[in-house]
Amino acid sequence: MPSGSDPLASLKIRARIRKRIRAFFDALGVMEVETPILARAGVTDPHIDSLQTSWSDHSETVYLQTSPEYAMKRLLAAGSGPIYQLSKVFRHGERGRQHHPEFTMLEWYRPGYDHHRLMLELDDLIRKCLSEHLDLEHSVFLSYRQAWLETIDIDPFTANTEQLKAYIDQQGIDVSGLDDERDDWLQLIMTHCIEPALPKNTPFYIYDFPSSQAALARIRHDNPPVAERFELYINGMELANGFHELIDADEQRKRFEMDLIKRQQMGKVAMPIDEKLLNALPDMPDCAGVAVGVDRLLMVAVGAAAIDEVLSFVVDE
Amino acid sequence: MASYSTNEFKSGLKIMMDGDPCAIIENEFVKPGKGQAFNRVKIRNLKTGRVLEKTFKSGDSVEAADVMDTEMQYLYNDGEAWYFMHPETFEQLGADDKAIGENLKWLKEQDMWTVTLWNGVPIATTPPNHVSLTVTETDPGVRGDTSGGGGKPATCDTGAVVRVPLFIDQDETIKVDTRTGEYVGRVKD
Repeated sequence: MPSGSDPLASLKIRARIRKRIRAFFDALGVMEVETPILARAGVTDPHIDSLQTSWSDHSETVYLQTSPEYAMKRLLAAGSGPIYQLSKVFRHGERGRQHHPEFTMLEWYRPGYDHHRLMLELDDLIRKCLSEHLDLEHSVFLSYRQAWLETIDIDPFTANTEQLKAYIDQQGIDVSGLDDERDDWLQLIMTHCIEPALPKNTPFYIYDFPSSQAALARIRHDNPPVAERFELYINGMELANGFHELIDADEQRKRFEMDLIKRQQMGKVAMPIDEKLLNALPDMPDCAGVAVGVDRLLMVAVGAAAIDEVLSFVVDE
Repeated sequence: MASYSTNEFKSGLKIMMDGDPCAIIENEFVKPGKGQAFNRVKIRNLKTGRVLEKTFKSGDSVEAADVMDTEMQYLYNDGEAWYFMHPETFEQLGADDKAIGENLKWLKEQDMWTVTLWNGVPIATTPPNHVSLTVTETDPGVRGDTSGGGGKPATCDTGAVVRVPLFIDQDETIKVDTRTGEYVGRVKD
């Protein structure tokens, strides 16, 4: 709970922001949906771990969803049209100043949109949510490559792992346990050097990620190829992640299988591949989708330093 | 060998780092939504007192340090080490000058100190927050001055030099805060 005078202050702001989100999508004709939190498949992402349970003594394992993405994509494939959802999601082992294993995610999908159009809609939404709480500067939209070049003058697409390591060393960052996985070094620089250097109170959009970090985004075959994926940062905090969605089921299956190989190498449990999603993908319309951390949006609104300040209760209290 | 996973990191946890016992002061979990998680920690080297920052890949394990804080009574110095006694087991342990360091100026026989043991050996010591010291040398006091405005230096029996009010005389006992090095009050016999 916040330590301020009114312990319910942040909950009241949460209620207002939820109302604004619903009004925003209502006005645009985007339908609110609800999908299961418990499902027999979960995410294969090597860096996201699912909480698991079972629903009866003899039932197979079910997973608490880390995002409503797969189920919502099945609704899109079934012809839902534009949809949004405010849901609780769960991630195993994620706890810190900006992390709580249970959190609230806003996720929406726009058939016919690409990631650029969706970024503009996201910007409109977050400004409507935050305008009465703080003065936001003009938004900045930069490609991943531009963001690196402008902030630390390194080209993330051409620098080799040794150069990335040398930069980390120069910054006096003492890191242990990382091997030669290039993406780990890119992410280390992103979280330790770039995020903290982004301008204050400025919605900062970074798009067109390295193809090795595509997740469920489609890859555009430029030179070098880029993933049509974006992230929104405010005050050094990652607030949203969006994709121009991959709709190629074969490509998606390959990525899931690659994820599972990586999980095995990392000594992590295998996850069942969501076959229902793969079966649905060929019917999914060309679309863009984005997930927003609602608790973090609230942190920005109230100026909270820790996620605990905007939650009613925390799991390890 | 005991070890801790980064998931168990929290302030106060004692770990081994580059061969030295260290205590975690601050632990921050950093994770991109899609990507490798890190634990960014501030740690204090318990032997040198130096604070350093270190980033771990989340999920990794580090060796635990067998470090323990024990309340012990200071007995004597034999020219090489300062000996402390456990009040219940009467076990005596010698701390070297590295473990005593600058705290030597607060060290008085019979006082209870916190002795930090690593594998049973003292590596650091912490004086009590307040100690009573006897003034061995100070300029003659000015009678009638009751406040502390200005003050004067006083050398104490342990060697510490403390700024005291003008009315404090030689051979008086004073109470000193070891955290700030400041005079707190006069101790009546």
